[in-house]
Amino acid sequence: MVNSNSKGGSSLEDFGIEYASAIESTSLVNIKDKYGLFIDGNFVDSSSGKSFKTLDPSTEKPLSVVAEASSDDVDRAVRAAGVAYEKYWKKMPGADRARYLFRIARHLQERAREFAVLETLDGGKPIKESRDVDLPLAAAHFFYHAGWADKLEYAFPQRQLEPHGVVGQIIPWNFPLLMAAWKLAPALACGNTVVLKPAETTPLTALLLAEIIRDVDLPPGVVNIVTGAGETGSAIVEHPEVNKLAFTGSTEVGKLIQRSAIRRNLPLTLELGGKAPHVIFEDAALDQAIEGVINGIFFNQGHVCCAGSRLLVQESIADNFIDRLQKRIELLRVGNPLDKNTDIGAINSQAQLERIDQLVKAGIEEGAEVFKPSCSLPENGYWYPPTVLTGVQQSHRVAREEIFGPVLVVQTFRTPEEALEKANNTPYGLSAGIWTEKGSLIHWMAERLRAGVIWANTFNKFDPTSPFGGYKESGFGREGGMHGLAAYLKNSGGRS
Amino acid sequence: MTGKIPIAKTYKLFIDGAFPRSESGRTFSVNDTEGELIANVSQASRKDFREAVRAARAAQLPWASRTAYNRGQILYRVAEMLESRKTEFVELLKSIGVNSRSATREIEDSIQRWVWYAGWSDKYSQILGSVNPVSGPYFNFTVPEPTGVVGIIAPTEPSMLGLISRLAPAIVSGNTVVVVSEGHSSLTSVTIGEVLATSDVPAGVVNILTGDQTDLLPWMVGHLDVNAIDISGISQETDLTLIEEAASNVKRVVSRQVNEESLELLSDFLEMKTVWHPIGR
Repeated sequence: MVNSNSKGGSSLEDFGIEYASAIESTSLVNIKDKYGLFIDGNFVDSSSGKSFKTLDPSTEKPLSVVAEASSDDVDRAVRAAGVAYEKYWKKMPGADRARYLFRIARHLQERAREFAVLETLDGGKPIKESRDVDLPLAAAHFFYHAGWADKLEYAFPQRQLEPHGVVGQIIPWNFPLLMAAWKLAPALACGNTVVLKPAETTPLTALLLAEIIRDVDLPPGVVNIVTGAGETGSAIVEHPEVNKLAFTGSTEVGKLIQRSAIRRNLPLTLELGGKAPHVIFEDAALDQAIEGVINGIFFNQGHVCCAGSRLLVQESIADNFIDRLQKRIELLRVGNPLDKNTDIGAINSQAQLERIDQLVKAGIEEGAEVFKPSCSLPENGYWYPPTVLTGVQQSHRVAREEIFGPVLVVQTFRTPEEALEKANNTPYGLSAGIWTEKGSLIHWMAERLRAGVIWANTFNKFDPTSPFGGYKESGFGREGGMHGLAAYLKNSGGRS
Repeated sequence: MTGKIPIAKTYKLFIDGAFPRSESGRTFSVNDTEGELIANVSQASRKDFREAVRAARAAQLPWASRTAYNRGQILYRVAEMLESRKTEFVELLKSIGVNSRSATREIEDSIQRWVWYAGWSDKYSQILGSVNPVSGPYFNFTVPEPTGVVGIIAPTEPSMLGLISRLAPAIVSGNTVVVVSEGHSSLTSVTIGEVLATSDVPAGVVNILTGDQTDLLPWMVGHLDVNAIDISGISQETDLTLIEEAASNVKRVVSRQVNEESLELLSDFLEMKTVWHPIGR
């Protein structure tokens, strides 16, 4: 969509540039009328007969109907995983496990376009992101971890380690396939079997992955995928034969899961929410910093746990920086996620849209000034324009709570010490960004920021070799790299 | 003639480098194996616990900011101070029921434990950190950092080696700690505090509270400025639902029945930080 601009001087039209729409074809994707649960190598109906609809959030049109796993179904899945662990996976040499993972990676690469379109349809994210980020990274995660499967003793010398057995994994709706890859690849490489639950608003790519898992002849029961909402998740968390839990999602739910894990002394890793500071010093390369800030908060509609949602800009450049930022935001194209030109797609669900709207209203009530570009939004579907809130105080809800939408909150600072104080003034600690041309300042900040991932003069970069995870209430444990393997192994003969 | 009546030690808390009594004014008595009173020991309250956390928080960044080399030297200094007080610890352990031979062995092992962890101070980063070959023009590395403020439930057996085996791996990387000790082991814990107070360990890095672990446990588990807890020392009968509140701020909960030298124990109180920077001209 082409934006008109009330501020003048920076819209695409003013440059005489218009984007013709370039809609990605959906012909590659064959969405079934209904989907079953993937248990023990087969797609099966739920025992209760219950199901739920999954929508295209950009149109609100139903895409398909998906089985809702009851606790009986989860029980079946866990048992299947337990049998598969004893019967196949535990005995299989690492080199053979590796071959299965390499196969999955290759199939994902081969069917990447189909997956990307389905991801965009079911979740609302722009096709250029699902195509250029989600899919390549998902395949890379399987490829990277495949290579570890027969080399684990090199990662942990002098330790006698073994897999946990059955692992329960619960993943969110913001990167549905990628999070499945982050969870499955290391678990399988380390020799565990899995029961995975995708989010209820985005189950389709995980179910398509189940087809690949069947196509590559992975032994039945090694991976089981059960769809459903919170109750299905609880059934996994509470199941007595699950030996380890991994959860990515909200801090609120993560805390409930941690309580359950503590009661039962169960190994757990959590990747939770964030409220990342994005710190811009006056000597930063401003054009690059603007792009970094835009990417930091508007990538995937801001539905990113590590999103750079709190802009901390040095006072001496604040007015200029915010002015340039707003001009850049005017150029963002919000609309049809399947359009290859789209920068910002649909909000994932009605519930999330309401939460974003409610928090922004709270911010305005508490005294923030709001900037929204002059773009129009499609009539149907769930949409929220890119938004900037200035005049925000540390005590405001919008400065403290995770919004998980395309909303940037701006504060200023004078000295590096003040920047650090404000940046660390949060219960979260997932990620942080720094922009300055001064190397020593980068390292000074990077050393003191209490966050698990620091992006300096860049933002939102991910790689299977690079450990990802939080400090404080953003969770514990790492995903990716050698460090990510540790979560899926335990000392032989004992826990943790 | 004076001097024939021995002067008994007052067992007090160890908070922020000082030895205050409990603000509650309470004490509990510890008897020797014959049933004779050894001491009335300060019984820490919730408020004492908060004071200890405040001191630990204030000391954490400065302690972590010291060079690894310096932290290593200070831990080695603890070993030196312990060596010079061997006889005192033998007598103390004997009074609470440890036989002479075991007591001597326990002290030797405790000294060696400080020496072993002292040597790790400038080495674990190289073992546990990494440079990551990401697919793109970025320099990407992962370094371990201390978790922050750690609450430790002191093991009751063995009282000296048990506590030192938890304490040294927690502080060597720059964490600060609040220890809760009870019963007979309180005497050992406080005496270890006296060693630390004369070992160049900065005030607040280690704080030691004596009292009733079951009473103090909820305050430790629920305190929002405690980042991690080591509950390896709790009794087997402890109801784990008492620990649940640790989730209120997503504390790292460590329970590891290991009493040997262990790099894993050191790793339990580390966070991994990954830094990305572009490579270009």
